[in-house]
Amino acid sequence: MLKKRDDFEDILEERRNSSDLRYALKCYTPVLYKGLTPCKVSELKQMVLQSDQLGYVITQVSKEKGMTTDEVTGEAAAILEEMAQRLQLSTVRFFAFTLSKVFKTLFRSICVNEEGLQRLQQAIHNHPVVLLPSHRSYMDFLLMSYILYTYDLALPVIAAGMDFMGMKVVGEMLRMSGAFFIRRSFGGDKLYWAVFSEYVKIMLKNGYAPVEFFLEGTRSRTAKSLTPKLGLLNIVMDPFLKGEVFDISLVPVSISYERTLEEALYARELLGVPKPKESTSGLFKARKILSEDYGSIHVYFGQPVSVRSLAESRVNRSQFNLIPRHIPTRPSEEILSFVNDSAYRLVRAQEENMVLKPWVLLAFVLLQKQAAEDKQGTALDELTEQAVWLRDLSRHYGAFLHWPDHIPPSEVVSSSLSLHRGLVRISEGRVQLALEQVGGQQVPGETRSAITPEEELLNQAVVILSCVSYRNQALNIFIRPALLASAIHTAASNRKQEIYNGFSFLRNMFSNEFILCPGATVQDFEEACYLLVKTGALQINQQEVLITERGHRTLAFLTSVLDPFLQGYQVVCRFLCEEDCLTEKQFIPAVRKFIIKHLLTGRLRYIEVLSSDLQKNALAALIRLGAVQKIKGGEEQGTLKLNKVMLNSLEDTLGKK
Amino acid sequence: MCHTFPALTSDRSSRICSLLYKHGSSMASNSSGSDSSDRQRIAQQRLSVIAGHLQRPVEGNSGILAAECKAQGDKLDVSSERRTVPRRRQEIMKWNGWGYSDSKFLYNKKGQAEFTGKRYRLSGMIIPGLREWMESTFGANLQHKTPAAPILNSSAVQPPTLNEAFLKELKSTGIPFSHDAEDRVFRSHGHCLHEIFALREGKIGRVPDLVVWPNCHNDVVKIVELACKHNVCLMPYGGGTSVSSALECPPEETRSIVSLDTSQMNRILWIDEKNLTAHVEAGIVGQDLERLLNESGYCTGHEPDSMEFSSLGGWVATRASGMKKNIYGNIEDLVVHIKMVTPQGVIEKSCQGPRMSTGPDVHHFIMGSEGTLGVVTEVTMKIRPMPEYQKYGSVVFPNFEMGVACLREVARQRCAPASIRLMDNEQFKFGHALKPQVSSIFTSFLDGLKKFYITKFKGFDPNRLCVATLLFEGDREKVLQHEKQVYDIAAKFGGLAAGEDNGQRGYMLTFVIAYLRDLGMDYYVIGESFETSVPWDRVLDICRNVKARIVRECKDKGVQFPPLSTCRVTQTYDAGACVYFYFAFNYRGLSDPVHVYEQVEHAAREEILANGGSLSHHHGVGKLRKEWMRETISSVGMGMLKSVKDYVDPNNIFGNRNLL
Repeated sequence: MLKKRDDFEDILEERRNSSDLRYALKCYTPVLYKGLTPCKVSELKQMVLQSDQLGYVITQVSKEKGMTTDEVTGEAAAILEEMAQRLQLSTVRFFAFTLSKVFKTLFRSICVNEEGLQRLQQAIHNHPVVLLPSHRSYMDFLLMSYILYTYDLALPVIAAGMDFMGMKVVGEMLRMSGAFFIRRSFGGDKLYWAVFSEYVKIMLKNGYAPVEFFLEGTRSRTAKSLTPKLGLLNIVMDPFLKGEVFDISLVPVSISYERTLEEALYARELLGVPKPKESTSGLFKARKILSEDYGSIHVYFGQPVSVRSLAESRVNRSQFNLIPRHIPTRPSEEILSFVNDSAYRLVRAQEENMVLKPWVLLAFVLLQKQAAEDKQGTALDELTEQAVWLRDLSRHYGAFLHWPDHIPPSEVVSSSLSLHRGLVRISEGRVQLALEQVGGQQVPGETRSAITPEEELLNQAVVILSCVSYRNQALNIFIRPALLASAIHTAASNRKQEIYNGFSFLRNMFSNEFILCPGATVQDFEEACYLLVKTGALQINQQEVLITERGHRTLAFLTSVLDPFLQGYQVVCRFLCEEDCLTEKQFIPAVRKFIIKHLLTGRLRYIEVLSSDLQKNALAALIRLGAVQKIKGGEEQGTLKLNKVMLNSLEDTLGKK
Repeated sequence: MCHTFPALTSDRSSRICSLLYKHGSSMASNSSGSDSSDRQRIAQQRLSVIAGHLQRPVEGNSGILAAECKAQGDKLDVSSERRTVPRRRQEIMKWNGWGYSDSKFLYNKKGQAEFTGKRYRLSGMIIPGLREWMESTFGANLQHKTPAAPILNSSAVQPPTLNEAFLKELKSTGIPFSHDAEDRVFRSHGHCLHEIFALREGKIGRVPDLVVWPNCHNDVVKIVELACKHNVCLMPYGGGTSVSSALECPPEETRSIVSLDTSQMNRILWIDEKNLTAHVEAGIVGQDLERLLNESGYCTGHEPDSMEFSSLGGWVATRASGMKKNIYGNIEDLVVHIKMVTPQGVIEKSCQGPRMSTGPDVHHFIMGSEGTLGVVTEVTMKIRPMPEYQKYGSVVFPNFEMGVACLREVARQRCAPASIRLMDNEQFKFGHALKPQVSSIFTSFLDGLKKFYITKFKGFDPNRLCVATLLFEGDREKVLQHEKQVYDIAAKFGGLAAGEDNGQRGYMLTFVIAYLRDLGMDYYVIGESFETSVPWDRVLDICRNVKARIVRECKDKGVQFPPLSTCRVTQTYDAGACVYFYFAFNYRGLSDPVHVYEQVEHAAREEILANGGSLSHHHGVGKLRKEWMRETISSVGMGMLKSVKDYVDPNNIFGNRNLL
């Protein structure tokens, strides 16, 4: 089952042994695209402004707005100016030097699969390349460029959100290291869209540089992969679909951090808690970060995916034959679903090659213990036993687990715990999450009574959500079996069909929460069955699904994986049932308040349901299922219309689980 | 009479163009005067060329003959003796390769490539660069030979299924026929790779059961009547140059298959100098038609690359295109009147008006019908006075992109010369490899100098540059003026004039390539060409993508050597261009090379369609490309064609199963 994956090399090792300056000034001669016509940054802009595509839209806009084409062209040029990158080797060298210093301080190692980089080099030579890294940290794209520079590969141009532009100097620095900036939303702005898409396409088609962007659109605060955004993927696939290039290589890249820099930051953001008040300056904060140990980073460059082979026997490219290709057209249903499926496939490819650390498994155990109100904590050897059990299970399910097999498991466990000592407390050989300490540390010297129960809960939630963000890294491994386990758990009989129905319901319910490819219910069901049968937890015949003797432990674990989410969605339904009038904006604060109340009275078990990510996903799911309707336009813009009957019944169904 | 159906194949055949023939090199191209005596001189020169070519005396005034039917009892027709194509094709042509038996490429004892025979300009010459080109392009090796079966083994041919009643009545008409195995095999195929490959291996599939040679329209009427009466399947046969599997006998056909060979219907029935038209029997092959018209000072100007062997009826039946269509037009522009014999009777228009608004043009049911509706027997065609002056030319561009941009501009300004073709870099190199041995040190010195100028002084990358070949035709002054206009445009796209020689050699490449394929097949190399037409804005994309697709498919299918995958733009139109692809590979190590070849060609056609190219510009559909017809012309379109077929030929007498 375990796929053959490449080995890793630590690139920091060499940095620790040789001069960073010499490294930053090294001779850099990357392999370029074979069809490249070299051109300067300024020429690129000219090509965009003179393109037929943009010309067409400019004429259109000038007619609509009653402006001259020169004026509109001026606007387009200004948009381009705001957007364009100015990749410059000197800046890259500066970053190479600085980042070497920073990385060496922060991380023990940065491991990359060199074979993947060789494949990438080949891909860059043969076809235009799109780099698709996972997005868990601000660090991601600096890290990407750093690695590519280290291996003498072509530096990418990177689609970045406008938010960076706020930071004047940083923004410009990033621009000079290849970032180009796009507005977060430009809904109806035809001209902006035309400039933007043409700019990306021209850089891609000409093989100017690999184009890099984040399929997930933004950093995932939960470490779960986000539902892919299709806009940019649509743009980069277009030149292939319209025959302007022979093929395009999409390269999924999985970046896994042993400890995320933004760990607590994300947790607070999800809870809507303001950042902790720091009396000291930002500089001090940076120094504090620098003094910590963030373990290692694993970067895995996946197998390049050919757009041509993705489209083979799926897309009829001759549909573009009848309209001049420079006229923008809305993509057909066929194309949209093709791009969507491809996006899911790519995100799954990212997930598959994410390296998991032992700590991720420990997080499962510790969170489940915590939810079971086990105040005692877990004995170290019990924790180790459970972790080893999970290790074997996850490996059977194909996890890319970096568990050092040559070290005794107990040592693996304790070294993991020590790296994450901020999140756990060990006393008298028993381990539990460090829920109390946070409050104590934050306001030293003050008595605990100064903290309201609500504040205490939120402080605990920060730790829980931090911990959840590690557990989530492995959710994709377990999600299909977990959906199946829950379906078995609630089904009234062993009948396969009934279990399939339950599976299908849950999968549908949670398809905003996890990466579940649209329309692949049967495949997912079969995959889950296959895994559980293979590991001896289930026996499945034509009609029935039976749990084996040894399967109970597995099923109990898997059911508990899904539990927090079931409870979260259920409580959102409950909340909405009790509401009368609510707007989308009010939803998060109100549901949070509702949940806090219930947590404090002990009616809810999982503190993690406080995560606004879960709440948003639940709402999106309910809207998708039609239980909630979002009113668009008019006076009641953004008001949520609630279908109480349906919400009630959904809550019931979820509650049975 | 008929409908030669598979005639057209542009690239596959030799061009008759005088210049390619050994004795023709000094011909029309350099004549300078413009008075009528000059014209006569040219005509005479042409005659002598043809005389040399055929090695037979040519009688004067043979152009216009009486229109009476020659068939009755006159089996040794004298006038057809003068024509190129005898009833027994095997007397002059190869049974398992291209063209004349006496002309072929081979490696002589010294291992040098040589072209045999006396017919062509290249005949008897050594081509020093060819061996190295073949070795380096394909990884071919003189040690690894794949010789063809030397003779046709008649016992391998299935005995004919004869319809006795039909045969009896046919005999009574006196129309010549044969069920000799050789005659039948010759008419059982065109020149697709798989067809020739099988013949070389001595494999013979379903062949026609009988061959008939009607001598005139009335003969065809009789044959078709008898075929309908006795329910036999008729397959018109013209020049046999099809590259669409159009001549393949449908394996599911259980009736007796009669091949209707039009080659003996080859007279020009009249020439009308007032209207500049000629009325011609449809079996005439291109070279005869031009030669006979030339004797009267005229030409049609229709020169498909296959014109040595392809027939007028075949051109009509496949919607042929000629090299010089920019001046003379394609077949649909040249045809004024068509007579076709169908199972429902004879179809023809009642007058010869130059244009009519009388509903959909019924000629367009006939043109491109590929032998599925009937036999084209007589055609009235436009003719033109022979051009006073011809001049070749060539332009070198730094890269293919610039070349295409230049052709596009030429088309935009509507100033395309008689012919303008742009070869990509690989074909440019190929053309170079075909240079015959240089006779003087001076020429080779000049060549070296040119090369130095282009690559070093002008900075052209020899691995990127490409060349356009040009042919100008008309009166001298206009030609020179036209030439300047075209060269001025070319200069704007970085083009450098590269001389007449390169131009000539470029056109020669077209005609030798069909012979070259036979040489390749002697050494494990198989290949073919295919064409499409495409809007201007997609020309570059389609060229790149199709070439890359071929390379990738070859790799995927286990071809051990990199293939030759190359293209050229051969025709320009207002709204697009015709693009030709050449594709060949060394098949050593493959167990079923023809299957691999077909898979790759199939993929390449898919790629063409996905990139906005047409199913065919002029080769036709045949059976090879049938599967894409519905998506090409829509279901309604198919229904329209189908209903015409159902009305005209309800019993599928013309049962070659092409097109639909």
